[in-house]
Amino acid sequence: MSRALDPRGWPGRALLAASALLLWAPPGQAHVEAGQAAGFLAGVAHPISGLDHVLAMIAVGLWGAQLGMPAVWMLPVTFPMIMALGGMLGLIGVPLPGVELGIAVSAILLGLAVMSELRPSLTATVAVVGLFGIFHGHAHGTELPPGQSALLYSVGFVIATGVLHGVGVAVGLVHGRPWGRRLLRVAGGGVAAAGFWFVWRAVA
Amino acid sequence: MRAAPKRAGEIAIGSGVALLAGPTGADAHLVTSGLGPVYDGLLHLLVTPENLIGVVALALLAGARGVVHGRRALFVLPAAWMVGGIVGLAVHGRVSLALMPLSFVLLGGLVAADVRLSVSVMTALAALLGLGHGYLDGATMDQPGLGASALLGSVAAVFGLVALTASLVVTLQTGWPRIVVRVAGSWIAAIGLLLLGWGFRPGA
Repeated sequence: MSRALDPRGWPGRALLAASALLLWAPPGQAHVEAGQAAGFLAGVAHPISGLDHVLAMIAVGLWGAQLGMPAVWMLPVTFPMIMALGGMLGLIGVPLPGVELGIAVSAILLGLAVMSELRPSLTATVAVVGLFGIFHGHAHGTELPPGQSALLYSVGFVIATGVLHGVGVAVGLVHGRPWGRRLLRVAGGGVAAAGFWFVWRAVA
Repeated sequence: MRAAPKRAGEIAIGSGVALLAGPTGADAHLVTSGLGPVYDGLLHLLVTPENLIGVVALALLAGARGVVHGRRALFVLPAAWMVGGIVGLAVHGRVSLALMPLSFVLLGGLVAADVRLSVSVMTALAALLGLGHGYLDGATMDQPGLGASALLGSVAAVFGLVALTASLVVTLQTGWPRIVVRVAGSWIAAIGLLLLGWGFRPGA
């Protein structure tokens, strides 16, 4: 017999005492708030589970980094609010035609903007990104799995989307280097190409 | 003589294992700290995102506006929370959950937009938030043994949270840290917008 299982040794005695205490468990009377953590995790997982949303969000960050101040922070500040507005419209039943197509087109246009280093005015940039945000929010912000917390789902959803923007901005900061600039343009082309595939999938 | 310390160590470790393994009754409705109603109330606020996000939003706003606003929020919010909580405890009436998302949208939007506010407006916002959320907090403390002591714990948590958050944000007045604060505000506003949608969706 190993020393750990020997009831004459202290580890064995402790194990016996612990086992006895486990058997002495009083009844559980908790009102378990089911679905709390699951709601948060579902909210975090939802934006990153769809490639269309992931690429578009990262492209927003890349474009903001290319444009520099103040777009680099204005886009990530504006987008979540307008996206949530789209989600709210979807939740209260305001229809938005062509949502999937709108998301696919957003990937194309944002990808092309990064690829061509497009520099419209700040107002136009925010307006374009905001318009796409409504489509993304309408499609993705409303899909709460049954029995889960709406608040924590919303928290997870917004955080995940914001983190995707942050990833885009962080990667986009290589724009200051010559090789980084070329890399970003290639990445933009990749996002646009994926967008065409999303369009084909949406209309097929 | 050499055996005595070893024996004492064995007893200490054995007792520790037994205590860790010893189950206690799970009788929580929300959270039971095991340290009494004051700590239950303190913990209740920290694990209730409905209240936590509102307090953080106000602390971000107050800290972003400077030391004077931060100090005003530090004392007005807990005082108003206490008043609202006492009313909630006394009335135990119906609670309108619309207040929560509206406060998120308002405060988060103000942080994101970096709006300049006078101290009197800051005071009014802190008082309104404290009265409203304090009322919600008090009205939902309907467990036996909670009540005024638990409310005191919640108020202490509000004070501590505002003190820590606002004092941190006061130092983040320029550059990227300031942008992070504004992004956090936009996330809070986005969460509020989504919650408004959840609240007003057909069939809710």
